[in-house]
Amino acid sequence: MGTIKTYFFSDMSVMLGRSMRHVFRSMDTIITVTLMPIAFMLLFVYVFGGAIQTGTDNYVNYLLPGILLIAIASGISYTAYRLFMDMQRGIFERFHSMPIARSTVLWGHVLTSLVSNAISVVVIILVALIMGFRSSAGVLSWLAVVGILALFTLALTWIAAIAGLSTKSVDGVSAFSYPLIFLPFISSAFVPTASMPGPVRAFAENQPVTSIVDAIRYLLAGQPVGNDIWIALAWCLGILIVAYIFAMWVYRRKSA
Amino acid sequence: MEKAIEAKALRKSFKDTEVLKGVDFEVKRGDIFALLGTNGAGKTTIVKILTTLLKQDGGTATVNGFDVASKPDNVRQSISLTGQFAAVDEILTGRENLIMIARLRHLRNQRQVADNLLKRFGLTDAADRRVSAYSGGMRRRLDLAMSLIGKPQLIFLDEPTTGLDPEARIEVWKIVKELADSGTTVFLTTQYLEEAEQLADQIAILHEGKIIAGGTLAELKKLFPPAKVEYVEKQPTLEEIFLAIVGKRRKSKWEQ
Repeated sequence: MGTIKTYFFSDMSVMLGRSMRHVFRSMDTIITVTLMPIAFMLLFVYVFGGAIQTGTDNYVNYLLPGILLIAIASGISYTAYRLFMDMQRGIFERFHSMPIARSTVLWGHVLTSLVSNAISVVVIILVALIMGFRSSAGVLSWLAVVGILALFTLALTWIAAIAGLSTKSVDGVSAFSYPLIFLPFISSAFVPTASMPGPVRAFAENQPVTSIVDAIRYLLAGQPVGNDIWIALAWCLGILIVAYIFAMWVYRRKSA
Repeated sequence: MEKAIEAKALRKSFKDTEVLKGVDFEVKRGDIFALLGTNGAGKTTIVKILTTLLKQDGGTATVNGFDVASKPDNVRQSISLTGQFAAVDEILTGRENLIMIARLRHLRNQRQVADNLLKRFGLTDAADRRVSAYSGGMRRRLDLAMSLIGKPQLIFLDEPTTGLDPEARIEVWKIVKELADSGTTVFLTTQYLEEAEQLADQIAILHEGKIIAGGTLAELKKLFPPAKVEYVEKQPTLEEIFLAIVGKRRKSKWEQ
């Protein structure tokens, strides 16, 4: 008996195909992850926007980064949900008892999260373009934006994985994402932090969303980003590493 | 190699509870082996150890000649698990479920394999419907069909008929018998004595973490006082009445 060949990429594509089907066959997911952020964007631009002083004349430009982060935060809650359902239904055990590359069972969900969030981000940017979003950013700046968003998605996805693997009920799965969706509201995403009262302002300016939003905003506006991009990257990477280690620990405990 | 499974002094504890306290048994190749026990006796724990989902604390187990702890990949290559809850993907269709497993087992003619199994298990008409719309019996049939892909030498069925109606239960029994006739070894756990009596070549009774009795049905019967001859009027059981009424209608439909 020789060694058993595993087929990482082939298994990975099966897992990815499977959970992408879950995404596209669930109206609920599509509505929440793309239509809700778009509704927020419409609401803020056409209802509240007139009263918000940001110091720029194009509020869509100002708002877009925060909307993208909200979309990703609500998108990853479905990753947690899908993981949770897989654990519950016993399909994890079926996969784990098969001669496949085991890591693909988890990575399939992570990759699906990246792909599906990328799709909703693109849709939201297209809608923003219709609403008057314009960017003078060059290719490199756009690549930097894509990189930050991908890192942010990965970081939150691993947090979602912890929730999906460790919660005992469906309610717990969705509850963990509310603070993540709420975080952009107490940041520079919608209004400049300078308008906030002292303690709130201190929180807003030192939480990860503000630096990420600012970095993306400057990049899209073609302005120098300064320190913000490094702070943003440090936050994303830091959260990513901690969440990944913790998620893998939970995963091993659950499946060993 | 004569033995499909060999377990020696298997021990497993969860926190402070000792679930398996030294379990020994052997399963001959080609046999149907039934592990009998009440709820919580540790049947599922044994299945999980043998299918490489769980590591034992002590003792050894070999499956198809491979040690489950040191050669899990080889074990997975030659087995298939049908867990306690139908491990099917609810959002995919029946056909997609089968093709998914065929791809994960790296078979070539995946569609053909799926079509054959759909036909064999009477699921052709429902092939392109989502599994969420299947009845419990249909799910179980699909679950079993998924386990047969790749022709594993040994199939684990963990309480395959729990929660099924009498008709569906008899269907599952038929499938298990057919499997054994084709040379596949079947390891099944059950809490229904009748099921073991109907199917098993070898029976082992698991009680409080140990195998307290084992052998063929005839051997087990010898352990107890000889049968007394009593004359009682045999009334049909409700199950027999139910099957007689329902069976007539089903047969005419099935045997077209």
